[in-house]
Amino acid sequence: MRLITHNMLSCNIKGVTSGFPLRIEAGNVIEKEVDFNPDFIRHMFAKIEWKALVEGARSMGYAELPEESPDAAVLKSDEPFLKKLHHALLELHLEEGALVCPETGRKFPVNKGIPNMLLHEDEV
Amino acid sequence: MSNRPELLAPPEIFYDDTEARKYTSSSRIVEIQAKLSERALELLALPEDGVPRFLLDIGCGSGLSGETLSEDGHHWIGLDISASMLHVAVEREVEGDLLLGDMGQGLGLRSGVIDGAISISAVQWLCNADKSSHEPRLRLKAFFGSLYRCLSRGARAVFQVYPENIAQRELILRQALQAGFGGGLVVDYPHSTKKRKEFLVLTCGTVQTSIQTSKNEYDESCSEDDNSDDEESEEVGVSDRNRPRKRQRTNTKVKGREWVLRKKEQSRRKGKNVPADSKFTSRKRRTRF
Repeated sequence: MRLITHNMLSCNIKGVTSGFPLRIEAGNVIEKEVDFNPDFIRHMFAKIEWKALVEGARSMGYAELPEESPDAAVLKSDEPFLKKLHHALLELHLEEGALVCPETGRKFPVNKGIPNMLLHEDEV
Repeated sequence: MSNRPELLAPPEIFYDDTEARKYTSSSRIVEIQAKLSERALELLALPEDGVPRFLLDIGCGSGLSGETLSEDGHHWIGLDISASMLHVAVEREVEGDLLLGDMGQGLGLRSGVIDGAISISAVQWLCNADKSSHEPRLRLKAFFGSLYRCLSRGARAVFQVYPENIAQRELILRQALQAGFGGGLVVDYPHSTKKRKEFLVLTCGTVQTSIQTSKNEYDESCSEDDNSDDEESEEVGVSDRNRPRKRQRTNTKVKGREWVLRKKEQSRRKGKNVPADSKFTSRKRRTRF
């Protein structure tokens, strides 16, 4: 699972109102190289929840991102920053571990890089 | 007609290890999936500015349809309920991210983050109640509601559906429209029982985009059935179905002199003050009255 996906997942249990962001319990993290496309990074930047991204990246052992969200102007000129953002969003993969709902504490296991988001019948 | 898998078992049981491997190994299925995915991507009508989009593949299975998205340069998330299918996808090293989830429970994605969504031969599974707790209408409602929320404004969703009958198609379409979507059904090769393909094209928000025109020439479509390279579709607009019947105007004749004389006689018998009859009775007044 990539961080770009984690930045969009929220807890879907009935009654949960602030199920985002899910906390990451990282068991095994790997890196896979992906072609760098600055246009895509700029396109997705507008939709990224920055604080959740930084926390997620820290949980997966990557601490190169700044704490505060940079300005949109930085995206046009700062190529090293775009590279770091690209690496965090698309190249880090959580292979084994769990995602924890911040409100209920429910754990969604991650196996072989696939989060199991299936809910039990009483949670729907 | 072959047996429909929805009638045999729930999807997470039907697509077990054996069936998942068989499904992905069949070159015919791979080819069909690729063509359907290309068509769905075409109907998605993404802007041609060269920027890759972040798409959602619902019911991605072993990643056959997602591969088309990757070949087009897009990034995607795949969602499927069958763990076996997803494991085959991992073995095939698909480029998209994979999620094990049930679309009938809602998608569980944040608001406004997805640029588009496709689904190949998956949504009709929601019409079957596989557990005692399943209610097809509620599951479709949960699915379309959460999809509407996670799509960005102006985004589209294209689903190739394989409904069992007209009632199923109507149910899916009604739930989609009630969730707030616009759009309708695009039918490729409507006159061919074998080649007919139905795409549910849904638009999110009020952004004006051109709807693809349809070809309606019956003779041409018949001859084109043999030519697999040709693409043609017939559009059934939802607005056409909902349009109320036009009221027929009744041609009411103008009353004649006899009618007027009879009415005056009636009024006299009632004791009303009625002008005397003359040769001008029932004549039309001047326009400058």
